[in-house]
Amino acid sequence: MTKMSGAKALIESLKREKVDVIFGLPGGATIPVYDVLYDSDVRHILMRHEQCAAHAADGYARASGKVGVCMATSGPGATNLVTGIANAYMDSSPVVAFTGQVPRAMIGKDAFQEADIIGITTPITKCNFQINRNADIPRLVKTAFYIASSGRPGPVLVDLPKDMQTESSNMDFNCTVEMRGYRLNSGLDPMQIKRAVDLLLQAERPIILAGGGVIISNASSELVTLAELLLAPVATTLMGKGSIPEDHPLSLGITGMHGTIASNRLILEADVLLAVGVRFSDRTTGKIDGFCPDAKIIHIDIDSAEVGKNVRPHIHVIADAKKALQAIYDQMIKAYRKKERSLWMSRVQEFKKQQEEMVKAKEGLNPPRLLTDLRKILPVDSIVTTEVGQNQMWAALHLKTYKPRTFITSGGLGTMGFGFPAAIGAKVACPEVPVVDIAGDGSFLMTEQDLATTVMENIPVIVIVLNNSMLGMVAQWQRLFYDRRYSHVKLGKIPDFVKLADAFGAQGIRVDSVDGFLEAVKTAIKSDVTTVVDVPISPEEDVFPMVPAGASLKDMIAG
Amino acid sequence: MSEEKKLYTISALVEHKPGVLYNVSNMFRRRGFNIETISVGSAEQEDLARMTITIKGDERTVEQVVKQLDKLIDVVNVSILDPRSTVTRELALVKVDTQDARVRSDVINYTEIFKGHVVDVAHESLVVEITGDSDKIDAFIQLMKPFGVKEIARTGVTALQRGMRSIEIE
Repeated sequence: MTKMSGAKALIESLKREKVDVIFGLPGGATIPVYDVLYDSDVRHILMRHEQCAAHAADGYARASGKVGVCMATSGPGATNLVTGIANAYMDSSPVVAFTGQVPRAMIGKDAFQEADIIGITTPITKCNFQINRNADIPRLVKTAFYIASSGRPGPVLVDLPKDMQTESSNMDFNCTVEMRGYRLNSGLDPMQIKRAVDLLLQAERPIILAGGGVIISNASSELVTLAELLLAPVATTLMGKGSIPEDHPLSLGITGMHGTIASNRLILEADVLLAVGVRFSDRTTGKIDGFCPDAKIIHIDIDSAEVGKNVRPHIHVIADAKKALQAIYDQMIKAYRKKERSLWMSRVQEFKKQQEEMVKAKEGLNPPRLLTDLRKILPVDSIVTTEVGQNQMWAALHLKTYKPRTFITSGGLGTMGFGFPAAIGAKVACPEVPVVDIAGDGSFLMTEQDLATTVMENIPVIVIVLNNSMLGMVAQWQRLFYDRRYSHVKLGKIPDFVKLADAFGAQGIRVDSVDGFLEAVKTAIKSDVTTVVDVPISPEEDVFPMVPAGASLKDMIAG
Repeated sequence: MSEEKKLYTISALVEHKPGVLYNVSNMFRRRGFNIETISVGSAEQEDLARMTITIKGDERTVEQVVKQLDKLIDVVNVSILDPRSTVTRELALVKVDTQDARVRSDVINYTEIFKGHVVDVAHESLVVEITGDSDKIDAFIQLMKPFGVKEIARTGVTALQRGMRSIEIE
């Protein structure tokens, strides 16, 4: 037991959680904490907007597998975090957010910069709490990290009234976390595993759908091993991209609204679908009745509430993806006689070829070509983040991912402006690898002010702006489904991204050819300052394949 | 799985602390589930409260409700109560217009038949307390309607499983 202020206890607790970086922005209600940070060895990165602080913590968490931490003051600081927290919640990312709050005596009085952040974030956090007993700080911080990172991860918010930061108490850092309402599914039900194995043994045309859960549980090698044993092609969700190396012969790429031809076609033909760590989002399944109509579904997920939420599986396994895949493999190998599956494998080949030819056919400064060629010069370990919209779907389709945690995107919430601050977080987690944000001009403008952060804090990232002077995805829908009535999507050639980068002390390069583009990226990789590569592309360019909203996968428009 | 909509009774043991009711009701709102009745009070342990929630839905919806409740960290335990082995009770206070003096004795007679109590007597009205399952209370209110029901306050259903079976902390 040591007597100290709440602010000191908070930072001490963070150290004990091995937090090495906080993304934040100070304000009136967090000054006591920032006073402790003044001479603390915990790194604090001063962001230029709280939304970016939350996204950076999220990007850091996804790249490293550790908990990301962000901090904001009360009121507007806290509400600015909301988009970032919702984003982390939708994509099950372990983030702990700390917010300042007005002193307890003023709560409920509509005090200056007071916002009910607990009320606001209840539906978008795994758990949140306000500290109202100063001596609870060590225990509650420990609890926050435990909840954020265990089971199905997610964001946790801790609200700290200012008087809780300034008052002193005897702090016990050897406390234990007690939560009778929070139980983890740690075991495996052998019956569930047996039923899954029995079904897989009978499968003629098995397919695996791998989601973000595979990446979260570090189950990639188990996934690939099982796929190879089964001779089952692997489709991924957007969040599962990277769970199998996309140059693996069994990898089909992403599935869903902008899924690959191979993925979307083969799911329709499969007789058994093994879905691992997925939540069957509407963007993945299309119209639910038309999703793998002939397949029996096995659903593995750590969150039992996901089973039956969107799709009713024939067999479910409530478990960590890694443990479940390993257990299934162990059982299968005993009973399995290797099957030829030559017919099924030739279907895989056929559709993969179709997909490749679609890209090959295109020359010039178009995103599929640019991103395919970009892959050839990016080191394997490079981390790619994306904004949201056409840029994201082009990156998902054409920029192959070889390793888990190297493709970071806003899957569930679809947050424009996510990619750039997420790249900052990823670069802080992995300073030794190039980090590239595949951006659109619309998205990048939403969080571009944090160029200042990357320059001031020496966090060089690469932003590739696929610049069509449009809110491109909305424009695509208007082109395809609204008779080309381009309502409020034209952004003009504003700003000049080269000058913008320059104004922030970053580097801006505009390119007009594929070769020029590749040269610019090579320059950027070597640069010790953030580089914005502005690539003007046609505003008429569409992302294909596409399954129209509300349609079945079989209604895919190949392009 | 049955698609038929039925009334289900869910019993949840929750942490007895501020914000829990908000967390629970917020989950229902956010996921588009509809609460028919909810009643909350202290449970056998001082730091726990028991929530009894009734909802109308098909089996699949109710299964999701239970799973989503279980995910809430303040919810310690939750289950669907089997109507065949559950005691359910609701209490209602019914204020009946008795300006017509002949009505008064009828109301008192019905109250006795329903094993209720008259808990307030004024010149122009009576307040009746009635306890039972929801059907019984509905029936009583129907009977009172012709006399003129001025106000009704119902507690919502509360329930426990019969016998030794119980919902406890695991």
